Amino acid sequence: MLQVIAFYALATVAVLSAFLVVAARNPVHSVMWLITAFFSSAGLFVLLGAEFLAMLLVVVYVGAVAVLFLFVVMMLDVDFASLKQGFLSYLPLGGLVALILAGEAIMVGTFWAETHTPAASDVTAMPANMNNVQALGHLLYDEYVYFFQAAGMVLLVAMIGAIVLTLRHRPHVKRQQAHIQVGRDRKTAVELQDIKPGEGIG
Amino acid sequence: MLEIGLAHYLGVAALLFTIGVFGIFVNRKNVIILMMSIELLLLAVNINLVAFSSYLGDLAGQVFAMFVLTVAAAEAAIGLAILVVFFRNRGDIAVEDVNMMKG
Repeated sequence: MLQVIAFYALATVAVLSAFLVVAARNPVHSVMWLITAFFSSAGLFVLLGAEFLAMLLVVVYVGAVAVLFLFVVMMLDVDFASLKQGFLSYLPLGGLVALILAGEAIMVGTFWAETHTPAASDVTAMPANMNNVQALGHLLYDEYVYFFQAAGMVLLVAMIGAIVLTLRHRPHVKRQQAHIQVGRDRKTAVELQDIKPGEGIG
Repeated sequence: MLEIGLAHYLGVAALLFTIGVFGIFVNRKNVIILMMSIELLLLAVNINLVAFSSYLGDLAGQVFAMFVLTVAAAEAAIGLAILVVFFRNRGDIAVEDVNMMKG
């Protein structure tokens, strides 16, 4: 019973906040609703018995991706009101497509779940004597280790790409150049001027 | 109704996916909201993967969801970086002018 209440509460919050992500006027509010949506989805993952993925969702999305979005939204000085134009003109068609899509997807899901009794698959069965994190770790580092490495490469390329894209050299900025400063000697630093009486340094 | 089954989770995921598509439709000018909608789509896919993984007793779905999460994080980082560079060059993030990125 408690699980049913938890499911409906989390699902309602997730769907409502997801809707507010796309409907909110202020993008900062959108990011906040996105965080709420991810958080309640993490709750759904816990209900499904995928505790590790739930924690991963909180750490990666709420901790990193949402904060990244927040940074960008607050860093860019954009007139968001003008970007909101056309919202109402796209609303009827978008709503129609969304309704059709939702109806079809829910129909397919319900039909599949009713006709196929979920039988335990023997591909990579969940081991009975381990918890979720242990079992995932065994699977990830044994069978999927190459994919794991590939995922690491994807993240590395993304990191380097983001740095390369946003790095810029501004020409007229004074910087400290330690090797030149240390390499100064008497010849370049001091100059003897012969100043005539009554005249300044020209 | 009082028994939470696979169909319920599929329904939630379907609704989230639909909201993501709807967001892409109605927020065609605002790239930031567009990217958030894409994150919602990927979240819906992840819910589907985890729900099937849980009800079929097959852990591979959760591993796959983890990889989807990785790619989503990388995509967000690169997308936002492109957005920042685009804003620096244009002073605006209107999507209509994005085809200038062809170079």
